[in-house]
Amino acid sequence: MTIAEIVNVLDARVLRGEEKIAQQVYSACCSDLMSDVLAFVNEKTVLLTGLTNMHVVRTAEMLDLKCLIFARGKVPQEDVLDAADELGLVVMTAPKTMFTCAGLLYDAGLRGAAMTWGNEKPGGEHSA
Amino acid sequence: MIQTDYPIHHGDYTRAGEASADIKRQLRQLGVGSATLRRIAVAAYEMELNIIIHSLGGSMTLVVDNDGIKLSSRDEGPGIPDVSKAMSEGFSTADEVARGLGFGAGMGLPNMRRNADQFEIESVMGQGTQIRMLFLLT
Repeated sequence: MTIAEIVNVLDARVLRGEEKIAQQVYSACCSDLMSDVLAFVNEKTVLLTGLTNMHVVRTAEMLDLKCLIFARGKVPQEDVLDAADELGLVVMTAPKTMFTCAGLLYDAGLRGAAMTWGNEKPGGEHSA
Repeated sequence: MIQTDYPIHHGDYTRAGEASADIKRQLRQLGVGSATLRRIAVAAYEMELNIIIHSLGGSMTLVVDNDGIKLSSRDEGPGIPDVSKAMSEGFSTADEVARGLGFGAGMGLPNMRRNADQFEIESVMGQGTQIRMLFLLT
């Protein structure tokens, strides 16, 4: 699925990286706990979260994530958005709860990120 | 050989991730592949956060030599009372500040161990904790 399709499915507003929404993404994860997100190592994973602080961007940086979706219409502060922009991330805000966002994306064909545990090979689909 | 030291301060959440981002940048410039780079970046970030959240302050060191990539940390205490408990997934003593920022899932040390090719931890109450990780260059 392309990021543009995600924008469409969620009726989201793109905050940064509009010019990059044609790129493909293959999976998503959904959490407010960045420590848990750090366990999902998958380059093209989309992160859906309700947390809007700088650590979301730092986490995305460490994992080479491509796209951040902030649920419940949340908009991070400018410094957070600028840091995300610098890393080349697409950032959007969706006017729906995290549950609904995840449900709509799943329904549209996006699946949970494979969980990779360090040196182990990527596992199967995960329910996150 | 490359060696870089990064001082890390207790409670310095605004700069959390800067050392790890620099480590990642340096290693990318050396041509480390993206999969290995992500493992190191995740482990480095967890290491950095652990010092910020749990210690009284400390430092991280990146060394690149013929053995591979080495990340180590040492802090000024207080030490971990039960290391094996701290190594178990889901166990966390992070405070409300850390939890409010999205940390404290109890995945820090387990995630470091998982991502590193070799992982060692030593902790002495009242003195501090030292962690050493090795990442092999394949």
